[in-house]
Amino acid sequence: MNYVLPLIITFLAGLLMLVSEFIPHKPFESLVSELEIWFMIISGFAIVLGQISLLKMNIFKIKYKSEGWKYCIVTLSAFFIMLLVGILWGTESQAGLLGGGERIIQSIGEKPFDYIFKYIYQHLMASMFSLLAFFIASAAYRAFIARTLESALLLVSAIIVMLGNTSVGTSMTSFLPQSLNFLHLPNISKFIMDYPNTAGQRAIIIGAGLGIIGSSLRVILGIERSWIGGKK
Amino acid sequence: MIMWIGEYMKKNVFVLLFIVVLLCFLYAKEEFRVYDLPNDDGTSLQLEWDKSLADVGQIEILKSFDNKYFTLMQIPDNVFQFTDTDSSFSGKTIYYRLDVKNKEGELINFYKASAIPKAQWFNMQKLPLLIVLLILSFAIVYFINSAKRGKDLYIRRINGLDALEEAVGRSTEMGKPVLFVPGIMDLDDMQTIAGLTILGKLAEKTAEYHCRLIVPVSKSMVLSAAKEVVKTAYMQAGYPDEYQDNDIFYLTDDQFGYVAGLDGIIVREKPAANFLLGCFYAESLIVAETGFASGAIQTAGTAEPSQLPFFVASCDYTLIGEELFAASAYLSKDPQQLGSLKGQDFGKLVIILLIIVGVVLEIFGISVLKDFFTF
Repeated sequence: MNYVLPLIITFLAGLLMLVSEFIPHKPFESLVSELEIWFMIISGFAIVLGQISLLKMNIFKIKYKSEGWKYCIVTLSAFFIMLLVGILWGTESQAGLLGGGERIIQSIGEKPFDYIFKYIYQHLMASMFSLLAFFIASAAYRAFIARTLESALLLVSAIIVMLGNTSVGTSMTSFLPQSLNFLHLPNISKFIMDYPNTAGQRAIIIGAGLGIIGSSLRVILGIERSWIGGKK
Repeated sequence: MIMWIGEYMKKNVFVLLFIVVLLCFLYAKEEFRVYDLPNDDGTSLQLEWDKSLADVGQIEILKSFDNKYFTLMQIPDNVFQFTDTDSSFSGKTIYYRLDVKNKEGELINFYKASAIPKAQWFNMQKLPLLIVLLILSFAIVYFINSAKRGKDLYIRRINGLDALEEAVGRSTEMGKPVLFVPGIMDLDDMQTIAGLTILGKLAEKTAEYHCRLIVPVSKSMVLSAAKEVVKTAYMQAGYPDEYQDNDIFYLTDDQFGYVAGLDGIIVREKPAANFLLGCFYAESLIVAETGFASGAIQTAGTAEPSQLPFFVASCDYTLIGEELFAASAYLSKDPQQLGSLKGQDFGKLVIILLIIVGVVLEIFGISVLKDFFTF
């Protein structure tokens, strides 16, 4: 019984979204926009749940001195500092309780919230992202070991694509005459990316698209209920 | 006889002339035309004018709701059409005037036209999509009914899902937790929903094996859903007291902040099995490689084609695209859900046939099928 109401709401909302895809007439389009606004509002409320969870988890770890509890102090400090400076001096577009923070802007060039965001947060984010380069190298090293015919093919195509995108690749095949233009490494690389690679990606996208339709139908029709904790 | 034919022609020549003049009048192309844009919600009108008008001088479009014209816009060179989108259109006649001016800005000539914007009840451009959707839906419903009647449906094995129990068993034996990551998108993404359905099945196994399950999430809505799913799974497995609310927690909405948190959990907690099932972007490899380095058995799945190579390189099992959406049905062994998978396979068969027919037709220069599906 607990699941009947959510399932009815899911069915109606799903049907409405589906029908509105094909009917441009009012009120379908406005109803869809309305539902999207509802989602935003619910998400807004849910953010509070997330913050409560974050605080609860970190306070819990500090209280019981769990492994790595000192990191929780850093997390909580960062959370409250950002919250405090945001409330007191606001952000770039909004003033805070203490106004626009003109004196602080004169000394550090930005409002404290924007300063921390720009000079600490963004750099930390960039640092995490830059790790990707090293992880790609280690993953590629393992992936390109030619154990089987398939992995050997992968290795060869990877080498061609990588070389084709560098000046070395261009110079390696520059001696070839114009009539053999198709054998130039950048051209082979482009061919691999444009045809076999695109074909493979499209096959995955078509399969995923069908999967999404199938899953959506299962959810809308109430056949699939485990996402709300149902039995099926 | 000849006299009669002559008389007959004389009588009818006037009728023929009248028809020709009428047709000319009906099909005469006006210099400035306004018509309702088809397949829309009645908020757009299409304006078109002859190229010859633009050659004369500058063009300015004026608009009116009640014969009081105001300038709508100056038309740049080499533009011969304009779509006026205005949400205030409500089935009333909209009047337009096209002014042709010389370089000095003096009015040379003007043309008037009007139209009534109308909302359509069906977007004809999406007819092919509706047809495909109906075929697929009927196939799914048909196979669900077949499964209900007890027909044995063959579903190919998905190794990554068969290994789910093995991974949980390994974690239990090693006394280490299982980590589940539902991706970085919110509940409005179908991949996240698919991830959560698998989480339910996984949670039942961890409950049965008395193994700890850690679920860090990046969206607050996913947090609520994940808690509900895991809690119900533990109750259904008969171990409600084993459920640990604190093990399902929110980290951050930020993509790389989330990945930093996940890496920290993997390094500190050293889970023996990692499940990365949902929507992933640039963070996929960072998490998967950290998991690989920690020695965990890893199962990943996403429908993002750009992230799949990373998962294939770093994880033991990868659910590719549709397999992620099929996972819940596959694990449930529920005939109805398996029937829907069979329906999806039928849809794939239809698409394969359409592609083959389309390619053959295109080779022979016939674009009917391509044109039908291009919208």
